[in-house]
Amino acid sequence: MSEALTASTVTMNGHDGDEIEAYLAVPEDGSAARGSIVVLHHMPGYDTSTKEIVRKFAAHGYAALMPNLYYREAPGASPDDAAAVARASGGVPDERLVGDVAGAAGFLRALAGSNGKVGVIGYCSGGRQAFLAACSLPLDAAVDCYGAFIVSPVPEGVPLKVQPIVGLASNLSCPLLGLFGTDDKNPTPAETAELSQALDNAGKQHEFHTYDGAGHAFFAVDRVAYRPEAANDGWQKIWDFYSRYLAS
Amino acid sequence: MCTYTTEKIEITGSGKGAEGWFSLSDATVYYDHPVHAMAEHTLNIDFRNPGKGPSARVAVELTAESARALVGAIEAALAAVPPALVA
Repeated sequence: MSEALTASTVTMNGHDGDEIEAYLAVPEDGSAARGSIVVLHHMPGYDTSTKEIVRKFAAHGYAALMPNLYYREAPGASPDDAAAVARASGGVPDERLVGDVAGAAGFLRALAGSNGKVGVIGYCSGGRQAFLAACSLPLDAAVDCYGAFIVSPVPEGVPLKVQPIVGLASNLSCPLLGLFGTDDKNPTPAETAELSQALDNAGKQHEFHTYDGAGHAFFAVDRVAYRPEAANDGWQKIWDFYSRYLAS
Repeated sequence: MCTYTTEKIEITGSGKGAEGWFSLSDATVYYDHPVHAMAEHTLNIDFRNPGKGPSARVAVELTAESARALVGAIEAALAAVPPALVA
């Protein structure tokens, strides 16, 4: 694999046909049909470090697209300013998220070289959203990296306007990989165990890995939460998982 | 962890952002992951004016110790002047 890629900012149609900004990275080696991945950014937004993750997927042979989930609230704003607006206004509505992922998946399937298979991955708030998308849309593989509030409700007083979605487990459309840390409080190991049990009860294929010595955001290379041992193993789990379900 | 906790208050005053001074209308206060500070969590304050757009924001990320010291300094500064000035 040459790891050559092309990356650019594009416009895509999201929920309700809204035009929103997205970051696209596509492998330059177009000799074989390839799978695609929708990347859902963390709560701090559509930032430089998550764009690096998008390019990482392209370097590994997948087309990847990250919609700017805060674009409507803050078009053209810097990622941290946009995230501040989103936090103050209660986050991204679930219905809109599903529409945006549907739009992103359609965009990727329409690209030349697509094999028609689309996975999703999300970090932090995006982890919950990856599960939500995989329970709401026909997808081929989903990865939840430390998504909170899937099982438990948002604590009283927290302005995040989302509800638990563990009840959607029986609708999961594809295999789910979950990557978590034992030191995380959102989600706790007990909550991810509850999600695993719900998926078992629904007969849904999933594999969860919970890393000792790691907490929330252990994949974030530019933050002190970064735990290279957990992140490196997590990336291997991701490559193995997507190679099984997104290959032609 | 992402705490997601957010306190939001209305304020009156001004702040200086990337494009100069602007009037402030609210502040959000939360203890969560910072964007820039090298700490797992910080006490973050966004002084904002949403009516002027997302970039009308003055942001600080303080360690818990620094935030508590700031609270003390603010209280001390307010207590040090004649009450009539801060009524």
